[in-house]
Amino acid sequence: MTPALSFDKITKYFLRGTPNQVKALDGIDLTVEPGQFVTVIGSNGAGKSTLIKTVSGHAIPDAGRIELEGRDITRLPVHRRAGIIGRIAQDPQESTCAMMTIAENLAMAGRRGQPRGLRIAVTGAGKARYRELLAPIGLGLEARLDARVGTLSGGQRQALALLMATLSGSRLLLLDEHLAALDPKTAETVMELSARLIADRKLTAFMITHNMAEAIRWGDRLLMMHRGRIVFDAAGEAKRNLTVPMLISKFREVSELGLVEDRALLAQ
Amino acid sequence: MAQVQALFFNMFEQGFLFAFLGLGVLVTFRFFRFPDLTAEGSYPLGGAVVAALLVSGINPFVATAAAMLAGAAAGVVTALVHTKLRINNIIAGIIVMTALYTVNLRTMGRANTGLLDTPSVVGDTVALVNRLGFHLTENKFTTIAVTLALLVVISLILVWFFRTDLGLAVRATGQNEAMIQSLGVDVDKTKMVGLALSNGLIALSGALIAQNHAFADIGMGIGILVAGAAAVLIGEALFGDRGVGWWVFAAIVGSLIYQFLVAAALRVGLNANDLKLATAALLLAALALPRLRLRGGAR
Repeated sequence: MTPALSFDKITKYFLRGTPNQVKALDGIDLTVEPGQFVTVIGSNGAGKSTLIKTVSGHAIPDAGRIELEGRDITRLPVHRRAGIIGRIAQDPQESTCAMMTIAENLAMAGRRGQPRGLRIAVTGAGKARYRELLAPIGLGLEARLDARVGTLSGGQRQALALLMATLSGSRLLLLDEHLAALDPKTAETVMELSARLIADRKLTAFMITHNMAEAIRWGDRLLMMHRGRIVFDAAGEAKRNLTVPMLISKFREVSELGLVEDRALLAQ
Repeated sequence: MAQVQALFFNMFEQGFLFAFLGLGVLVTFRFFRFPDLTAEGSYPLGGAVVAALLVSGINPFVATAAAMLAGAAAGVVTALVHTKLRINNIIAGIIVMTALYTVNLRTMGRANTGLLDTPSVVGDTVALVNRLGFHLTENKFTTIAVTLALLVVISLILVWFFRTDLGLAVRATGQNEAMIQSLGVDVDKTKMVGLALSNGLIALSGALIAQNHAFADIGMGIGILVAGAAAVLIGEALFGDRGVGWWVFAAIVGSLIYQFLVAAALRVGLNANDLKLATAALLLAALALPRLRLRGGAR
């Protein structure tokens, strides 16, 4: 079976060629099977976000190759790979359009990756469909189709963004700390919706989080990143048996290793 | 009394002609959120193209349509400079505006062209209507009627367009480029569509005003972006932000009020040479007043 996603020695530098050069991704090799839900943890600057951005096209690797369902997407611009990729960022402002209505936002998402012509975007039939999609979320959005998205709360906007990301065609969902700006209760609601959509639509998913308990509870594979490398990878049984203390000690281990490496480098 | 009446007729006549400019500026200034200086070149381009074609005996409808297309082409050039060469959109507009000065001079062959003896869109429309058995003569009223009819048609097309799949993508490009890109839209193309639409409308305004004034001039575009932006802002101040249909309506009403203010200012004795300063002050006031009010409210 063709993997959903495969990374082959992906390397990405920031500020390349300057004294402040940073190796954000350091030769990442990773294969993700279709339908796998991967959670990603790691400290700030570990490369989690950059990893996801090389998939969405918001960051182009300096070396290596990324294949999405067997197709080389390494250097493809964002819009040419967006047909099957849904992405949600941390900031609710980013994934929805505040000045436009809920229905208009959904209509735009409904044509993901398809040519856009001169057909009226929001139709009666479309609205009926949007109501059906929105009602089960339980946030009351189905009654506010003509309200501007800017009038919604952060949680409502992220829930809408989730529907938009999964409305049509997408087979890969990228969640870049999409709960970080939400209060705990809303975060729980949005997380449950995320998990439900991923399961229902059999999506392959990546979720970056700072919350170790969350990373353990959700998904069926967990990656820990540190300094641009994947330092821990657990799936299936191993993933199910993980606990937060285990992750913390793992984290310490690699951090100290990093310090040792630094000392070794400085000594040279 | 007669003076006040004349002032109002003038407002409708010049205001409706000017409203196409207001709609064009609305697209870039409001939807794309940047002041597109191409307008300063595409407005006289509309005048120059229509003048050159009318003088060489081309039908005024064809000449006006050609002027509109020329404006759209200017918008496409600005979009290409901005998207393909990755040059800031304001700089791209300034470059194209500057280049158009020469294009406009070359198109007319001189700095201005009189159009007193050539047919016009309004004149030909009146002639067409008269063939149906009417006996109208071309005057302020026929100009108002013909321009209003065209304005209604264009406005309806515009409102319809901004509700289509492509129109939504164009709007979202100005409002959340990253989002619409992640939905698979090539924003280079939507920017091109928006800028072509905007400058096409602006050139149409220039072409109609040249015919109305029976005169196309190389300098007719100076300060035109500020005037158009003032019209958009006046409309917005009156009607607020209530969606595309209202925005289009507000830009038209804003254009009328702007023309009324200009005519009234001239009539109470403002020197025509001081007009641009007054316009700049008006725009400044329209931009600054809401901010001052906000600051006051925050205290």
